[in-house]
Amino acid sequence: MPAEFQSIEETRAGLDGAGYLADDSIALVSFLAQRLGKPVLVEGPAGVGKTELAKALSRATGRDLVRLQCYEGLDEAKALYEWNYKKQLLRIQVEASDAGWREVRDDIFGEEFLLPRPLLSAISSEQPVVLLIDEIDKTDQEFEAMLLEVLSDFQVSIPELGVVEAKTHPLVLLTSNNSRELTEALKRRCLYLWLDYPGPERELEIVRLHTPELSEHMARKLVEVVQMVRNLDLKKPPSIAESIDWARALVLLGAEDIDAETLRSTMSIIIKHRTDLDLVTDRVGVKLTDGLIGSRQAG
Amino acid sequence: MASSGPGKPGSAGGANPALYGGMPEAPRPGGMAPHLLDFADELRSEGMAVGTSELLDAFAALEAVAWTDRESFREALSATLAKSQEDRRLLGLVFDRFFFRAVEREAVERGIREGGRGEGDDAPIDLDALRERIRDALRAPRGSDGDLRDLARLAISAFGRQGEGSGVIGVDVQRIRRTLGLKGELAGAELPEGGRDPESVPRDRLHEFEDHVRRELERALIERTGSLPPARPLRDFDRALPTGAAQDLAAVHRVVAQLRRRLATRGRETRGRSRSPAVDVRRTMRLSLQTGGVPLELRYRPRRPRRPELYVLCDVSTSVTSASVFFLSVLHALHDSFRKLRSFVFVERISEVTDVFERERSFEAVSRAIAGDAGVADVSGYTDYGRVWLEFLEQVTDDLDPRSSVIVLGDARTNGREPHAEVFARVAERAGRTFWMNPEPRLYWNYGDSVMAAYERHCDGVFECWTTKQLEGFVNAIADLGPVRTPGSSV
Repeated sequence: MPAEFQSIEETRAGLDGAGYLADDSIALVSFLAQRLGKPVLVEGPAGVGKTELAKALSRATGRDLVRLQCYEGLDEAKALYEWNYKKQLLRIQVEASDAGWREVRDDIFGEEFLLPRPLLSAISSEQPVVLLIDEIDKTDQEFEAMLLEVLSDFQVSIPELGVVEAKTHPLVLLTSNNSRELTEALKRRCLYLWLDYPGPERELEIVRLHTPELSEHMARKLVEVVQMVRNLDLKKPPSIAESIDWARALVLLGAEDIDAETLRSTMSIIIKHRTDLDLVTDRVGVKLTDGLIGSRQAG
Repeated sequence: MASSGPGKPGSAGGANPALYGGMPEAPRPGGMAPHLLDFADELRSEGMAVGTSELLDAFAALEAVAWTDRESFREALSATLAKSQEDRRLLGLVFDRFFFRAVEREAVERGIREGGRGEGDDAPIDLDALRERIRDALRAPRGSDGDLRDLARLAISAFGRQGEGSGVIGVDVQRIRRTLGLKGELAGAELPEGGRDPESVPRDRLHEFEDHVRRELERALIERTGSLPPARPLRDFDRALPTGAAQDLAAVHRVVAQLRRRLATRGRETRGRSRSPAVDVRRTMRLSLQTGGVPLELRYRPRRPRRPELYVLCDVSTSVTSASVFFLSVLHALHDSFRKLRSFVFVERISEVTDVFERERSFEAVSRAIAGDAGVADVSGYTDYGRVWLEFLEQVTDDLDPRSSVIVLGDARTNGREPHAEVFARVAERAGRTFWMNPEPRLYWNYGDSVMAAYERHCDGVFECWTTKQLEGFVNAIADLGPVRTPGSSV
């Protein structure tokens, strides 16, 4: 049931229904992406829900998700299409005896022998899909240049076949961790969405949504601690994904309260650097002992 | 007072004067378009690249979004015009300034004045009650923009009655804040014993309130004088995104990780179709079994990049104090990425600190150790580049070969001593590649005692470098410099 969002509110409600709490800008950009048919470049720190947004969009719109995970050295053969040599060879062997070369040649460069990779399959799909190009900043500039044709005209040129144009318009999301500056040409073709760490209220909602078993009091305290930890100058501040993991761990452990001891034993879930661990123990652990956190909890 | 106040500043007010002061909507040629073009011009003047295609996107987006809502309007513009986090921040600042001025200009041109400005004059304003109200409003969850603005106006008129303003808006804002006894909360880490100060209010909300006060004061000034003051360009301080030391360090580490890849491939592109020339016979034969013994696909032996050897010399004298934290973090990051790396710090003499970095993992410990070590290198406190090259050459003379790269971090200020450029030339000649990163702007090179030109001739590349962004530029430039020189040839 491919659904079209008609308004920003509808987009937000749709994402909500798919288990993703969207704030104003997320809802607006998702709506615009669909309305204008433009790809969205999503940037932000690791673990704020960039990839999750694409999954939620695919659930909310009822479209299939086609995912292309980028890495260094990714090339056309793995992203766009490849000729199926083996099948071509078999064909030649079968036909060799009774058909001329000309016929065979016309034959073996047909769609039958094409192995579509994520980008081509997203474009040639009968049903509109959500195309996620994950961590685009991990690829080389050459690959970015190749993407331009796909992203702006939604078509792929195959020398032997001609141009394959999109039958349906995919909803494209590109994510980047900003480990490399992307080219202007690519950015110009995209809408830009910056995802940041959420405020306390929104994070509380997210944690509650994903771990309903955790008590209100605990969730609030957890969010307060996580927010405080993020304010420290850390190498790698905890992400939303990690605070959800932490919440789940606390539920599994059956913890009753977050005190300095609980923090110390479970801290490794949200903190991933040794120097960061020390800093958090120093700064936050002390406050938990003194009961400074959680004293402000809302009734 | 609120009822006679203007509409939300900027909320499409530039396009729709009907929202402002109850004027009937006058047909304007082009409607929103000229305003948006002006806005784009202003963004460009602040250094943001806004192309025509982005503007077209912005128009398309505004057709799809109800732009009577200030937030959606701004978000639609950010999504289409801004292309990075810095851009977004810049756009927010320019947006506030531009649409505030657009509304005021409109008001001045049409001669609209706020009616009933003095209507509350009979009722004296109770300062204590007002203080309480503002404090409550700032502590409560974020409400409507209008409420806070009304409070700001009340505060201004209460303050105005106590005496005339100084005439300087920035000063007045601070005076009003002090009169009201508003204090920002201390940040989480510096919270004093005994919890929060009951008098204080959240800091970001306080800033918001100050912004309102500032804007209202400006509005009043514009109304009094009947003209718009010229727009001020944004200050660098406002533009910069807030960062912390550890995150800066992490950013340097990221860039240096790229540097390692670039140096490893040494400018040669080995990806994609250009594979290594040597066919891996065993794997090709194994694969050919699938196709009846015909080797259809060739497998190549992977090309193993030779490990680069790196020599880094870092100036730690007082003339580069401001850059030395940055330089040390570059060194720290280099040690994270490279095995074959020898690092030296120098002032008057040179001192090898490779083992310090290998011993210590934390940046603080390294900095402390280096500070101690620099004492060894520091005799008079003045850099002596000539002596440094002589000592360096003596220490590494046997190890330096065309595979190695030398990177110098320093300002090339010799304090009037002999630069010994010919010794540096020998270093550069023996090493495969030599780079120089100078923490001074290019403009200052070769002025005073800087002898950059004498060394520049022997380097494969010289760069201004005191920020992460410039370091990134350096890394990108290395790739463009092409393959390593053949030994013996000089530049």
